[in-house]
Amino acid sequence: MSAFVEVRNLRRVFDVSKSWLERTIEREPKRYLTAVDDISFDIAKGETLALVGESGSGKSTVARMVVGLLPPTRGEVAIDGVSMHGSDGARDRRGLRRRIQMIFQDPYASLNPRWRVDRIIAEPMRAFSTEADDAACLARVGELLRLVGLDPADGVKYPHEFSGGQRQRVAIARALAARPEFIVCDEPTSALDVSVQAQILNLMRDLQDQFGLTYLFISHNLAVVRHMASRIGVMYLGRIVEIAPPKQLFGAPRHPYTRMLLDAVPDLAMSGRKRQGVAGEIPNPINPPPGCTFNPRCPLADDRCRTEIPPMLDGVACHAIEEGRAAPARIALPA
Amino acid sequence: MLRMGDAEMSDSVLSVRDLVVEFHTRHGALRALDRISFDIGKGEVLGVVGESGAGKSITGSAIIGLIDPPGRITGGEVRLNGERIDNLAPDAMRKIRGRRIGMIFQDPLTSLNPLYRVSEQLIETIRTHLPLSAKQARQRAIDLLAEVGIPAPERRIDSYPHEFSGGMRQRVVIALALCAEPDLVIADEPTTALDVSVQAQIIEVIKKLCRERGTAVMLITHDMGVIAETADRVAVMYAGRIAEIGPVRDVIKAPLHPYAAGLMGSIPSLESDGETRLVQIPGAMPRLSAIPPGCAFNPRCPQVFGRCRVDRPEPKPVGNRIVACHLHDAQISEAAA
Ligand SMILES: Nc1ncnc2c1ncn2[C@@H]1O[C@H](COP(=O)(O)OP(=O)(O)OP(=O)(O)O)[C@@H](O)[C@H]1O
Ligand SMILES: Nc1ncnc2c1ncn2[C@@H]1O[C@H](COP(=O)(O)OP(=O)(O)OP(=O)(O)O)[C@@H](O)[C@H]1O
Ligand code: SF4
Ligand SMILES: [Mg+2]
Ligand SMILES: [Mg+2]
Repeated sequence: MSAFVEVRNLRRVFDVSKSWLERTIEREPKRYLTAVDDISFDIAKGETLALVGESGSGKSTVARMVVGLLPPTRGEVAIDGVSMHGSDGARDRRGLRRRIQMIFQDPYASLNPRWRVDRIIAEPMRAFSTEADDAACLARVGELLRLVGLDPADGVKYPHEFSGGQRQRVAIARALAARPEFIVCDEPTSALDVSVQAQILNLMRDLQDQFGLTYLFISHNLAVVRHMASRIGVMYLGRIVEIAPPKQLFGAPRHPYTRMLLDAVPDLAMSGRKRQGVAGEIPNPINPPPGCTFNPRCPLADDRCRTEIPPMLDGVACHAIEEGRAAPARIALPA
Repeated sequence: MLRMGDAEMSDSVLSVRDLVVEFHTRHGALRALDRISFDIGKGEVLGVVGESGAGKSITGSAIIGLIDPPGRITGGEVRLNGERIDNLAPDAMRKIRGRRIGMIFQDPLTSLNPLYRVSEQLIETIRTHLPLSAKQARQRAIDLLAEVGIPAPERRIDSYPHEFSGGMRQRVVIALALCAEPDLVIADEPTTALDVSVQAQIIEVIKKLCRERGTAVMLITHDMGVIAETADRVAVMYAGRIAEIGPVRDVIKAPLHPYAAGLMGSIPSLESDGETRLVQIPGAMPRLSAIPPGCAFNPRCPQVFGRCRVDRPEPKPVGNRIVACHLHDAQISEAAA
């Protein structure tokens, strides 16, 4: 037990069957969707692990299991040595609650519409009695609002009186309120303009430098991920297919899916480079292809890929790489 | 396409003039939109970017007549294909919404009812607007879901919204907005929750719509990459006003307004090494109740000078764009030349 966050062989299956009656009439079997399949990773204290990957690849499902909001079908999550799901450890988990926070992908759903914003932000401080008294609490609410680029006087407003990005900043302020040590951030800045995004990302980095915060950081913006992450895990259809530090991942991506993903980044320089869409159909997660789930879209797929699930070896799960059939791509980025 | 004066553009699908939106609160009227004007032509994509809270979503809501009280339009006008729509009765407006203007809201929850299956919601919307049988409408719904990249749509169509991932829900909302083949689509952060490959797919759907059906699109997004790829022109908003509007390449590569320049300078790049800090514009946007006199950007502007603190800069043509900044007033540029 060494890493701060340890995730082992995590799996989550959802029952997506129609109702019993409809199934009986239509003679359909039950249907299951494997959202997350056999995922393992560690996050060291003070580190930022980022998860990227196609929409629906299971990133939010991993996030919810890591913070203990969703029970896994199989596998384990331990934070600072405390199991997040087992029947034992319930008391230890209570002690952990203050130290873990989550910023949700959907800020609308996560803010109580009937509470004023100052109450929303103060709630974690009250719940865990982190401040000496109400005055200290109020002062901290003001300070947090300022840190996320809002005005302390905005505390008297209700969530619906804010724009989308302002609400996201309220959610970020609340997540920081009880001085957590580990924050799971699901698309924390995608609702923000680039200048406010820069302010929030700089703030998150500063807090990490000062207090050794640990982040699990989910974002589809590869430039943001590159800036924030110490390591990046690339997910595809419920599995991690490659995990590497940003320099390596962006400089020499190995997994064929990672390469396609990097080619699909929009071209801001407007150099006329044609953005390469990721080829092929997005597979159906209810009936995933056998073998490597990426095989129907992979230029390097062979018979082994169509039958055998590639194990994670040295940070990448791909038969072609293991067999030396694919040299790592060298991406020449302009200096 | 450049707008000047009040001349009606014959090919404008949408034309907004001096639009003002205010929220009447206990502390007085807050002006969320302060005299904004722009046009969108047939088959054109206008990108709208700007500070979080600048009024982008409110602009979209004002156009479709969906501002929640205590907010309301207190000045200016909105025309769709030349016809005024800002003063229509609620019933007439409801007919336009969905049929002639399709909307993709920033908040996907407002568009999808959690209690109904996706199929029910799509089929109902399609049949309200198009003369199709239930069976035809279902087929059309499945085709639309396939078009926005939902895998196995014939199977997933009967799911409930919560059974989809965030990005998939957003794609359902996009399908819903397109299903009646509207003249104008207002898309508020349509690709925010989507990964780059699905994003490319959605952008392709939007572009195809413009190309093949001449649909006008107002595309609100923070993602400059998406703007660069999709938009013909871009409007940059700050504190309820339009700071600069012009061809997308010019505005992104050589912004004229200091706020636009600050914004473009904050874009994180893929080449970043992660060691350096991201550039941010110092300070924060003023609250609506404390917009400074003169230029709203003046307290944060690196090039501020005397007049900026007194006179509000009016939008003026500069080459093929419109810029609201005293630095680009004709006299000053001439004096500098
Ligand atoms: N409660 C649920 N019931 C059924 N299926 C679900 C449920 N929650 C998630 N799923 C399915 O699990 C898969 C993974 O979803 P998840 O939300 O983790 O994706 P994601 O990677 O976060 O995607 P996005 O980038 O779009 O947010 C999707 O196919 C989704 O439809
Ligand atoms: N019901 C309301 N009462 C008072 N003020 C409001 C209300 N709704 C919105 N506002 C204010 O109007 C301004 C513009 O909001 P809008 O949602 O248009 O911003 P936006 O540009 O879309 O921002 P974002 O990029 O964060 O979504 C904001 O400052 C917001 O606080
Ligand atoms: S008008 Fe003045 S303060 Fe405003 S952007 Fe231009 S130079 Fe800056
Ligand atoms: Mg998600
Ligand atoms: Mg908005």
